[in-house]
This record gives sequence, C-alpha cells and structure tokens, in this order.
Amino acid sequence: MMKALLKLTWLEIKIFVREPMGVIGTIGIPAAVFLIASRLLGPRIARAAIQTGGGAVSTVLPVLASILMALSAITSLVTIISIYREGGILKRLRATPLSPTVILSAHVLVKLLFTVLTLAIMVLLGRRYFPPGAPVPLFSYTVALIFTTWAILSIGFLIASIVPTARFAQPLAAIIFYPMIVVSGLFFPVSALPEWMQAVARVLPLGYAVSLLDGIWRGQGWVAHLGDVAALTLFFLAFTAISTRVFRWE
Amino acid sequence: MTPIIRVSGIRKTYGKTVAVDDVSFEVQEGEIFGLIGPNGAGKTTTMECVEGLRRPDRGSISVLSLDPIRDARALQLKVGVQLQQAQLQKRIKVREAVDLWASLYPHPVDGDALLDRLGLADKRKAWFMTLSGGQKQRLFIALALIHDPDVVLLDELTTGLDPQARRAIWDLVREIRARGKTVLLTTHLMEEAERLCDRVAIVERGRVIDVGTPAGLVRKHCENETVVLETTDASAAQRFETIPGVESVTWQNTACTIRGRDGLVTHVIQCLAEHRIHVTSFKTELPNLEDVFLTLTGHSIRE
Repeated sequence: MMKALLKLTWLEIKIFVREPMGVIGTIGIPAAVFLIASRLLGPRIARAAIQTGGGAVSTVLPVLASILMALSAITSLVTIISIYREGGILKRLRATPLSPTVILSAHVLVKLLFTVLTLAIMVLLGRRYFPPGAPVPLFSYTVALIFTTWAILSIGFLIASIVPTARFAQPLAAIIFYPMIVVSGLFFPVSALPEWMQAVARVLPLGYAVSLLDGIWRGQGWVAHLGDVAALTLFFLAFTAISTRVFRWE
Repeated sequence: MTPIIRVSGIRKTYGKTVAVDDVSFEVQEGEIFGLIGPNGAGKTTTMECVEGLRRPDRGSISVLSLDPIRDARALQLKVGVQLQQAQLQKRIKVREAVDLWASLYPHPVDGDALLDRLGLADKRKAWFMTLSGGQKQRLFIALALIHDPDVVLLDELTTGLDPQARRAIWDLVREIRARGKTVLLTTHLMEEAERLCDRVAIVERGRVIDVGTPAGLVRKHCENETVVLETTDASAAQRFETIPGVESVTWQNTACTIRGRDGLVTHVIQCLAEHRIHVTSFKTELPNLEDVFLTLTGHSIRE
C-alpha cells in the first residue's frame, strides 16, 4: 500500500507539472504577488510592526500567507478529486486494489509539497524586505506548517468525498472557508469575537491551526501548543474516518 | 462443470427506475459470453454488479465461486475489467499508467510485452489525451490484462470506434480467449456479438429473453430465408410459386424476392436448375441476431 501511495504521488507530481498553467497558478502567481506586495508595502509594514509591537493585522504576515495557501490547497484538492470523479478516472481506479485513502493521500502529498515549496520561495524572497527581528524558528515552523496543512486538508477530504461535480466544489469550499477564516483569529483575535463566535471557532480546526502557527512563529515552543496539536489531530482523524465512509466514486 | 460466472435472479433499481428487473445467466470456462441488447436494457448495470461496483437489490452473483462485493479484494486479483466510458488523467503517459497498474498487483505480466501485443509500443511515451479512441480502448484492455486475470469483463468495448479499429479489438479479444481466459462482454452491436461471442444472452428492459449461441438463436427464432434474383424468363413466376416452403414471391420488373423457410435456398436452386431458368443475379439473405431481436421484442435494436 505504501509502495502504491508513493508511486501514485510521484506520478501525480509529474502529471501536475506537465500542465504549465497549474504550476504558474500554484507557485508562480503567489510568489509574484508576494514579491510585488513586499516591494511596495514591505518597509511600511515593517515600520508599523515595530511601532505597534505587532503586525498590521493580528497575526504576522507569514502565518496569514500560510493559512491562505493551505486553504487554496484544499480548494484545489477538492476540485481535482471532483474532476477525477466526473471524468470517470475514480471509477476506473475503484476497480483496482487502490483504496480511496491512498488516492486522496497521494493528492494531499502533492498539494503539501507544492504549498511548502511556494512558501519556501516566498520566505526566501521576503528576506530582503523584512529585516530580521527576533530569530524565527524556521525548522519548527516548517514542521508546524506541514502538520497543520495536512490536518486542515482533511476538510478537503470530506468535501471532496461528497461533492457531486467540480462546479459544486468551488462554491461549497468558499461557503465553508470564509466564515471559518472570520472566526479563526487570522484577522481578528478570537478573544475579541462575540461569545457565540468563539464557540463556533472552537469546533472548527482553523482556529487551532492559526494559534499553532502563530505561536511557533513567535517562538513559543511546542509545549505551549500541545492543545492545538491534539485538537488538529482529532479533526484530522475524524474527517478522514468520515470521508472514507462517505467517499463517492462516481 | 461449475460455471465461472453465475448470475441468478438479480434486480437493481434506482429510485423508481428499474435498471435490471430479473437477470440470470451462466458463463462457462474459456468462452466469450455476450450480454446483448439496446442501450438502456440493463447490460451495464448487470456488468457493474458482476464487477462488484454495485450491489444488486435481490438475487446473487458468484464469480470463480466468490462474491463480487464480499470477496472484492480476492477477486480484484483474478478479474480484469474494462469499464464503459472510463478515462485516465489527461497527461498520464501510456507507460506510466501500465507501470502504476502493475505496481498494484503481486504478479503482473511484463508491461512492455503487453503494450507490444496490443500495438501500443510506439505510444509508450504518449499522453493519454493524445490517444485515439481505439488506442485508448487498447490501453484499457492492457490495464485489464496487466495482472494476468482468469476472467476478463469488457463493457461496450468498441463503442465509438471505426470499423477497422473495431476489428482489431475483436482479434485481441479472441486472443484473450485463446490464452484460456473467460470473457464476459456487453455490446449493442449485433455484428460484434455474432462475430465474437460463443454464446449470448439477449437482454431487453432488464430481463434476459433468451440465451444461446448466435447461430442457434437465429435457427430457433428466425427460420425464414430470402432469395433475391433477377430473371427475364417468363415462366419463372409460375414456377417459383410452387417451390416447397415458399411463403411469398414479389416482383419488381425483373427483380424477384422469394421468402420462405425449411431449406428455401436449396429448393430455389433446384428449381432454377431443373427448369433451366436463366438468372442474371442471385443472392441470399439469411436472418441474423438483429432479426432475432426484432422477432422476440417486436422492435428493432437500433430504435
């Protein structure tokens, strides 16, 4: 099964890079936009950050970028699975010993790889514009990023398992993501939200993801965020279990 | 002998639509068995039940004495399938698809040799999206054969192919049988069934109407024979009326159509020889599976 997963993942990576538009959209455009935005706004944001002692938004920019990248990875995971379903590719795969978990995992690995790659490029580009303040634990952050992306991609598992067509996939993902972003603490601190919104935030995975990434970036260490790690693991297990059960091949 | 595939009394409905009403048949080892009938007759649903992709509401299926759903894992190793209207990733290469499939099974056959046999050797590096319809179907046959299965299930194998590609595929299927495999296929092309299948089950509105060899079914249900000839002999008309087995004789100027049964063709030839009737053209029209279908259902399979 492991052999099949690696084989399928490698194959999907090759297939992905054969489509130039996909590569430009996934890596090129985010990196380019980031570069341009950094050139124009970088010094100002850096100054503001120094003055206020925090970011221009409630979290630091890299965390914001990470979460948005992860969400776009989910959308594209959902889209590709529904395209496979509509095209009858899933149906053909079903008649083989491949399990849905392997098929989904292969796509997750591909998305993960390109997400990390894009962010790595951004970080390298961003170095010029964001003068290093306090040292950032880059290794820890990378581990945290892979972990959280993997965990919240399981939402994508679930959506991908049930949406009938690719046209449904995008709006459904948007309906779920935008409210989730609002209560996640990405733009407004969770503690500033009304009581009921905080309750909603607690049953969604994104808040934990933001908290973990933000904390690690600020050098708080893993021990302080064991709760986030546990919550994300639970979400991952639950969503994966449900999606294997409700997975639709056609 | 235990049948390789046994389908008994299956039924499958989708809401109020009855896709398969009551289908039973048995496929013996080493034969090519065809489910034939018009589109929407329930052939593909039946096939998907045999493949284990759908669970029939009622009835039972055994393939190699195993249950297609309960024993799906075990059967995947012994059964090769080609699905109707299947697709692969647009930009997957032929060779990559074969490699991937080979990696999923414990004892795959040599992928390159298989592609050679199927005439895809020079398409090894081609993307799936660039293949012609016939090449795609041959690739799907390759994927169905990669693990050297005992049973091969082929659903509407040649739909949408040109006659030449179709004939090439028929040869491939005969070759599969020659290797001792058992083949179950569906088709709505009567010519395909006649040329390829050892036995067929005629499926109409979710039911099996009859099962038999193509020739046997024709003999059983369509005994009529037709002779079309041209002659200027004035005495011919009168002589033809008295030929044994004749049911009708119709003339259109010098062209004559004689319909009948019980060895009509032989009797017409004897009559022509005996009375030295000179004919300028002579041809026989024997019934085929399409006529059988028309006789059994009252409507043409093409409708």
